[in-house]
Parts: sequence; structure tokens; C-alpha cells
Amino acid sequence: MADTVSSPDVRTILDARGYRAALEWTARRAEAFVIPLAAMVVGMVLFSLFILAVGKSPVQLYETMWRGGFGSWFSIQNSLSRGAPLLLAALCVALPARLGLVVIGGEGAIVLGGVAAAAIGVALNGAPSFLVILLMGVGGAAAGGIWIGVVGALRHYRAVNETISSLLMAYIAIALMNHLVEGPLRDPASLNKPSTQPLADIYRIGNIPGMEVHWGLVVGILACVLSWLLIEKTRWGFAARIAGGNVRAAQVQGLAVGPLIVGFTALAGGFAGLAGMLEVAAVQGSANGSLAAGYGYTGILVAFLARHNPLAIIPVAILLGGIDASGGLIQRRMDLPDATVLVLQGMLFIVVLFSETFYGRLKLFNPDLWQRPHFLKGNV
Amino acid sequence: METTDIGLWGVPLAMLGGAIRVSTPFIFVSLGEAITERSGRINLGLEGTLVFGAMSAYAIAVMTGSPWLGLLAAALAGLCFGLFHGWICKFPKVNDIAIGIALMLFGTGLAFFFGKPFIQPSAPDLPAIPFGNWSDIPQVQAALNVNVLFLIGAALAVFLWWAFRNTRVGLIVRVVGDSADAARAMGLNPNTVRLLATGVGGALAGIGGAYLSLYYPGSWTERISSGQGLMAVALVIFARWNPLGCFAAALLFGGAGALGPALQSVGVTQGYYLFYAAPYILTLIIMIATSSPSRTLAGAPGELSITK
Repeated sequence: MADTVSSPDVRTILDARGYRAALEWTARRAEAFVIPLAAMVVGMVLFSLFILAVGKSPVQLYETMWRGGFGSWFSIQNSLSRGAPLLLAALCVALPARLGLVVIGGEGAIVLGGVAAAAIGVALNGAPSFLVILLMGVGGAAAGGIWIGVVGALRHYRAVNETISSLLMAYIAIALMNHLVEGPLRDPASLNKPSTQPLADIYRIGNIPGMEVHWGLVVGILACVLSWLLIEKTRWGFAARIAGGNVRAAQVQGLAVGPLIVGFTALAGGFAGLAGMLEVAAVQGSANGSLAAGYGYTGILVAFLARHNPLAIIPVAILLGGIDASGGLIQRRMDLPDATVLVLQGMLFIVVLFSETFYGRLKLFNPDLWQRPHFLKGNV
Repeated sequence: METTDIGLWGVPLAMLGGAIRVSTPFIFVSLGEAITERSGRINLGLEGTLVFGAMSAYAIAVMTGSPWLGLLAAALAGLCFGLFHGWICKFPKVNDIAIGIALMLFGTGLAFFFGKPFIQPSAPDLPAIPFGNWSDIPQVQAALNVNVLFLIGAALAVFLWWAFRNTRVGLIVRVVGDSADAARAMGLNPNTVRLLATGVGGALAGIGGAYLSLYYPGSWTERISSGQGLMAVALVIFARWNPLGCFAAALLFGGAGALGPALQSVGVTQGYYLFYAAPYILTLIIMIATSSPSRTLAGAPGELSITK
């Protein structure tokens, strides 16, 4: 072996190959960064035109948005708080997406996770706080996990389209929450806004020391990092990526696709359920209609913007948390409806999905053209 | 309206009336989605189109005083949304399901943005025909007070059922939906056919939205649609892409949706919210019962991503 490696011909070839691989790697990374960023910029430009068309100043709007989202330590903390549930809600979309599934009903898992956590917290009143909080988390994750796991099972074993079934399940979950909160679990003292009994203070989750942001942010970031490790570094993640590419190929390889799909969707739902638990334990103090605040739907946008990469979810969720947080300031300062941020989100979403069409088609990211610029070499 | 005591008969009667009242948006959205899906594409954005249609119909009706102009505005707005979906989905690697979700978000966002000033004023309603005037019982009269759009929707379902089988346009849409290659061999451009089919589907969804804001419940609020646009997608699958089936399924959904209010009117208030979930549960059960992992659904267009 040694003499073949030392042979100059082979070495040249290997070097060329290494060089080629490095070029391709760089090109792929550049593509994965530049295209989404360019799409965001284009989306913001289009939104500027929209704002101009309704007679307001886009410059003032983006300035207000920056101030409301990231302009001060106060607004940054606000953005982080709003981004925290989005981290978990986005995982509920991103993990099944790795298997090629489009699950859009995370809202249902959030709502049921919150109700389950509140029921546990009230039922176990008097028990040690660490135990109750732990059980609330487990219960919330289990409720959400079962809900989305069923969607995955229906998909694999009955070929029921997961996009529609998850959405129907979300509507059913919200009806179930309304039933429980208005009926069996209702606190008679909650008059105008039906809620479950409030959690005792010792079962509430507090803020990260030195910040006005609750511990849910840490839980969310941890969940994203663990999900990334699961997908990129474990054999289950590897199997999931194969199954996501081609189910038949995965089955031919002997992979247990059914358990894989149910496992991944259940984990995804578990994260969303955990988001509901955190919303109850850290923000609301009880389960009520505010649980269906649309985090599940914004989570879809976050996951797609992050191209279903759990690590990319972290900055994107905080960015969208910032956009959400600035909504109020935009409404007050610029006399625009609160739906303004919804329009921006919709535009960004469309442009980012549209940008998928450019992957692999732009000359800018073609290593051949880096090596040998055609305008220098003439016709090849 | 005074109530005459007709006891438990009130429940089926209220469900019949409810079915007629509630089903109309389902009829229009599902017929529109049936046309789109028959051409081989799926549009989940019809939910956003429905909400935007409801808002634009209401706004135009308030401003002009004519509900019919409002209806026209909703249809035009829906056409634009549909054409946009059709245009953007023709590019390679663009996922029609995901674009639908994005358009759903965008349509609702735009509707809330422009609809804010119209939450207070009241718009003229679309007219209804009182088929129940022969009866002295107010409940019967209420149940048989049928809006013209319901009748138009019923006629449209029959027409589309006939047109898919017997017209050249119907054949073109079906061929494009079943095999893009076969369509190209016939000299058709699948993208153009799908663009137009999605446009027409959007226009019908807009009309469905106009019915919501201009007749039942008859006002514009941000909670006007509780997923009717999306349930229509499931309904089309249940109806096997058959327009007559869409009409029947829409009636069934309307009846299921009216179950909760009907029971409440006779004093059953327990589990109100669970009855409210009845249409969603029904849809899910139907989808589970009719799907199968071993074969594609009977009647499914071959090019449809959702059943492949």
C-alpha cells in the first residue's frame, strides 16, 4: 500500500479529489446559507412595498420592529420569552419532516400538553415541588406525544395523510380542552375566562437568574441540541434520514420504518406537549383558552425557515419571537393593525418556500465554475 | 321568533336546517378543491382564500351596499389567490402542500390586516328563499329558509359531475390530473391547465367565504372560519373527487356541525364542545376508514401528491 500512496500519480489524483470534495462541501454550505438569507431579504423588500402601498414608511416600520424586538435588553428578553415555545413547536414540525412527513397540527399537542400538566399539578397539590414539576413535564410530553404519535401511526399503518389528520386532531384537541376547562376541570372562581384551578406557587417555573426569561428557553435550546444530535449522530437519525429519502429503500435495507415513524412523531409531539406544560407552569399558571395562541402555527414557519435543521431553529425561533414581540409596538407607534406581523410572516414563508427552487440550479454554487471560470477558459 | 313546543322533533329539524345553512361554504370550497385536485395539484391555501373572501365580500358589501358586488369581489380575490398558488407551484422543487400552508397564513394575515375597520359596521345579507312558509311551525320555517347560494352550489355540483364526464374541458382536466406525460403527448401544457384549475378552485373558495360573512353567521370577525377550508380538502378525498359526492358530504358535515347547537336548543348542554368537534371527528374517522396502505384510493388522480 505504502508504495502506491507514495506514487506521484495517485497522490495527485487524491489531492485533486480532496480539493474537489472541499470545494463541493464549501459550495453546499454557501448555498445553504446564502439562499435562505437572500430569501429573507427579498421577503422584507416585498413587505416594504406592501407597507408603502398602504401609505406607511417601511424604514420607520423596520426601525420600530428592531426597537421592539432587539433594540434594548428589555426587548431582547421579551423576544427570547416569545421564542422559547417556538423552539419546541418548531421541533414538532422539523423532526417528522426528516422522515418526509408534513405535520402541521402541533397546536393540538401544545394545548393537550398544557391541560395534562395543569391537571397533574392540581391533582398532586401538596407533594414535593421537584416531583410535581417533573411529573407535569412528563405528563405534558406524554399527552402531546400520544397525540402526534397517533398521526404518525395512522400515516404508516393506514396511509392517512398526516397533514390533514394532524390538523383535524388539532381542532379536536382544542375542543377537548374547551370541554375540560369549561367542565370537569373548571375552577368555579374563574368567571369570565374559564380556567383550571391555579397551580400552587411552588409548582411554578421561575426565571433564569438575572433575566426576565423563564427556564423554558433553556429547555427549548436543549431540546434543539439533543434533536440535532439524534438526527446527525445516532443510527436512529441516520435511519430516519434514509426513510425520509425513500421509504421503499429503507424497508429493503431492513429498517423498521413503522416504529421509526411512530417514535419520531411521538417525540415531536412530546416536545410540543412540553411547550404547553411550560406555558402553563411558567406563564399562565393554569390551563385556559390562551394555550391555543398560535405557537403551533408559527412553529411551522420557524421549521421551514430553518430548513428542518434543529440547530438553525434556535436563531430563527428567536428572530420570529422578536417579530412577534414587536407587533404591539408597531400597532401603537404606526397605527397599523396587529395582523401586520402575520402578513410579514406569510410573505417570508412564501418567499422561502419559493427559494427551494434555486437549490442546485445557481451557477454561483457550482464548483466547476469556481475551478474554471468559463469567461476565462472560453468554450469547454 | 316564538318557539312552538315540538319536543325532540326539534333536534332532527334543527340538524336539517343546520345542514342546509352550514354546508354551503363546504359545497363551494370542496367543489373548487375537487377541480384543483382533479388537475393533479392540491391547494391547502383555500382556508386562507376562504377567510380573505369572507373579508373582501363583507368590505365591498359595506362600501357599496350590494351583497352581490361583495360576492363578485370575493370570487375575484379567490381567483387571484388561486392563480398565485398555481403559478408558484409550477417551479421545480416547490412543494404544493407547503405553499398551501404558507398561503393559508398569508391569506388570513391579509384578511385580518384589511378587515380590522369592518368588524363594527353591518353589511346587507345575501337573500334567502323561504321554502317553509306553508308551515305554521317557526322551526320548520327556519329550517327551510334556504339561501340562493345553496341552490347555486347544488346546481354547480350536478353541472360539474356532468362536465367532468361529458365535456372536452372536463376530459382535459382529468387527463392532466392522471398523467402529465399523457397530457403532454396530447399536446396539452399541464402547468397551464393546473394554473387555471387552481384559479377556478380559488374563486369558488372565495364565494364560500362570502357566504360566511354575508349570510351565516353573517358578520365579519377574525374567528369566522374554524377550518372549513381545510376540512373541505379532507371532504374531497372522502367524496372520491366526485362533485356529487362533495355535495352529499358537505350536507353530512353541515348536519354534524349543527348537532351541538341542536342538542343545546333542547336543553342538552353537557359536552357542548365535544359535539362541536363532531365534524372533525367524523372527517378523521372517514379518512381512517377509507384509506389503505396497500392500494391507492379509488378515483384518485394519479398525479396527486397527497395520495401517492
